[in-house]
Amino acid sequence: MRLVLTEEQQALRAAVRDLLTDRAASAQVRAAMESETGVDRDLWTRLGRDLDVLGLVVPEEYGGAGAGHVERAVVQEELGRALAPTPFLGSAVLATDALLALDDEEARRELLPKLVSGELIATVAVAEPGTPWGPGATTATASGDGWTLDGIKTPVVAGDLADVFLVVATTPEGPVWFRVEAADVERTTLTTLDPTRRLARVVLRGAPARKLESADPAGALERVADLATIALAAEQLGGLQRVLEMATDYAKVRVQFGRAIGSYQAVKHGLADVHSDWELGLSALRYAAWAADEAPDEVPVAAALVATFFGPAYFKAAEACVQYHGGIGYTWEHDAHLYYKRAKSTELLFGAPGRDRARLADRLGV
Amino acid sequence: MTAATTLATGSPPDLDAFREQARAWLREHAPATSPVTDIEAARAFQAALYDAGFAGITWPQDVGGRGLSTAYQQAFSDEEAEYELPTYPFTIGMGMCGPTVNDLGTPEQRTRYLPRLLRGEDIWCQLFSEPGAGSDVASLQTRAVLDGDSWVVDGQKVWTTNAQWADFGALLARTDPDRPKHSGLTMFVLDMHAPGVTVRPLKDMSGRAPFNEIYFDSVRIPADAVIGEVNNGWHAAVTMLGHERVSIGSRRRPKTNPLDFTAVTALAQRQGVSGEPATRERLAELYMRERVLELFNVRLRQEAAAGIAPGARGSVAKLAGSMLARLAVDTVGEIAGPEIVAWDPEDAAGAAVALGITSTPSSSIAGGTNEIQRGIIGDRVLGLPKEPSVDRGVPFRELKVGTQK
Repeated sequence: MRLVLTEEQQALRAAVRDLLTDRAASAQVRAAMESETGVDRDLWTRLGRDLDVLGLVVPEEYGGAGAGHVERAVVQEELGRALAPTPFLGSAVLATDALLALDDEEARRELLPKLVSGELIATVAVAEPGTPWGPGATTATASGDGWTLDGIKTPVVAGDLADVFLVVATTPEGPVWFRVEAADVERTTLTTLDPTRRLARVVLRGAPARKLESADPAGALERVADLATIALAAEQLGGLQRVLEMATDYAKVRVQFGRAIGSYQAVKHGLADVHSDWELGLSALRYAAWAADEAPDEVPVAAALVATFFGPAYFKAAEACVQYHGGIGYTWEHDAHLYYKRAKSTELLFGAPGRDRARLADRLGV
Repeated sequence: MTAATTLATGSPPDLDAFREQARAWLREHAPATSPVTDIEAARAFQAALYDAGFAGITWPQDVGGRGLSTAYQQAFSDEEAEYELPTYPFTIGMGMCGPTVNDLGTPEQRTRYLPRLLRGEDIWCQLFSEPGAGSDVASLQTRAVLDGDSWVVDGQKVWTTNAQWADFGALLARTDPDRPKHSGLTMFVLDMHAPGVTVRPLKDMSGRAPFNEIYFDSVRIPADAVIGEVNNGWHAAVTMLGHERVSIGSRRRPKTNPLDFTAVTALAQRQGVSGEPATRERLAELYMRERVLELFNVRLRQEAAAGIAPGARGSVAKLAGSMLARLAVDTVGEIAGPEIVAWDPEDAAGAAVALGITSTPSSSIAGGTNEIQRGIIGDRVLGLPKEPSVDRGVPFRELKVGTQK
């Protein structure tokens, strides 16, 4: 296994960080989160057109960069660090991974190049109340030479923006993947705990759908879930690093009782624990991303491993960041709350920590 | 002709060939079991290791080492991990004292001590900690006073690993109490067989006695036994502690650990509780903590091979290791319940779990407490301001330290 980045991968990180420093500073993130769409379309265009990082895991024949999950994780880390308001998780992770995991060549040829350029936004609609990875109660009915879907998907990542939905529905043969156009669904933008990432409820009422070919739709769903978990962990890692930096920087300059608060062991030792989590988590994330590229058999355990680690670790770090900032950390004006909300939201988005541990236990065979 | 002499000159051997040689040699020579009960057998094994070219792999050739890069040491360590070699008595000498003598010793000291150490002829211990100087080791009170052309040592050391076998110790003693605490120390080579040295075993809370207390009663040390410079012993100590971190970091965990994920999972199965949701969650958490630490250590090794020094991040590994050990104690207790509070006298498994529980506190104390590790991470990695120190620049004799009134 390889847990150290190459020079090219480090250069990729530097390029993404440069762009985000310029285009996704706090004021820009806040402007986007308060805007109608919740995202920064201009930033999205730059990520796709200028940096060409939306298709890192997509083979060149579909317009992608033909790189891999290690590279995508580097980008995700930076997006998570900046809280960059983009539909990356929905479009460049979930929908892209689904198209690659399924066997529908026509859909790949039509959709992937547009997802890679950013001109089209797609997402996966699988979650239903109580089942983050479905398949749930949504049903598919054959109708003429197509299908119709009925059910409710929520929360759907980037569901408010998506042009195309890849939907998992239940048929008598088990779960099947379908493609549904945005015009054929009813969607509601939800109010979210994390204001920097929009989620939607998508209602399917006899929605016309095209079946996506797959030799193993349930297996594809597992793969999509695992890869999304790893991508989300990369984002959590980037956020964890940022809150550690914010709290550390503040602890160096905030003086109380005549000393910088970072000189007190109560604060210093707490930050040392957060730093340790960052070092440990970085190692686990690099491993999981490496496995996604090189060791598919290890992905199920690796994905459950990073899910189990990062949910609580990022939230603990974000909580510490608010705490060590004291009163100022509790204000709307300070960014600490944005990370606190992102951390709690991502800890729960794909299932609560207990579910992650149960899934890891399943995969370890205990 | 031995491998060491064959390869003493010329270009380094092919790494894969070296690894293969190590594997073959170990297969033939590694003893089946190895708890060190026979010190002469351990010395003989170290000598055989040297003759085969696997002792002092990274040490310079002029003192009997092979002068190879850490990649070769790593290759040997990987192969050695399959066995439990009886090299424990030499770990302090090979990992800490030897490298320090190599760095700071005179040419005469290097040729006098290092080849003998490699060949298993001498066992070394480290004489730093005292009853009054643990985390704050620079406040130590053992004194060395110059008397003619030799030094006279009086005082007490504690927590001294391997001293029961040791021929030499690397002693840190106070040579000038009028200077501030860090700048009045000197490091010496001390002959453990000299008159006035008393070694007593120190029984720890697990019931074992892996450590010793050492008493010095007017022990005479020749002037040429100073390592480095007089009153510059803190520099020598920091050098040695740097080697200690590397040594601890590269040390392999025992092959069988009664509190690791595999062992606790097996215990849960024996207890018939392995399917319970609470058990499964606890086992998953234990696996996660264990695996994440393992991956961190892999990453540090890969970074070291790429030229990125671990630096103070060794403290992260040590801290995480001790927190993992504590989690394992909690986990095994939750899973086994009263089954592990009493066991049949013949039940080795019960005794092993109990030893795991009673030896865990050492992991957050020995080699720097968790509190010290967090301080190191805060100060050196995060760059947080140091705590104000009340003893900076103050002559040692005026300080309130240890047992000094």
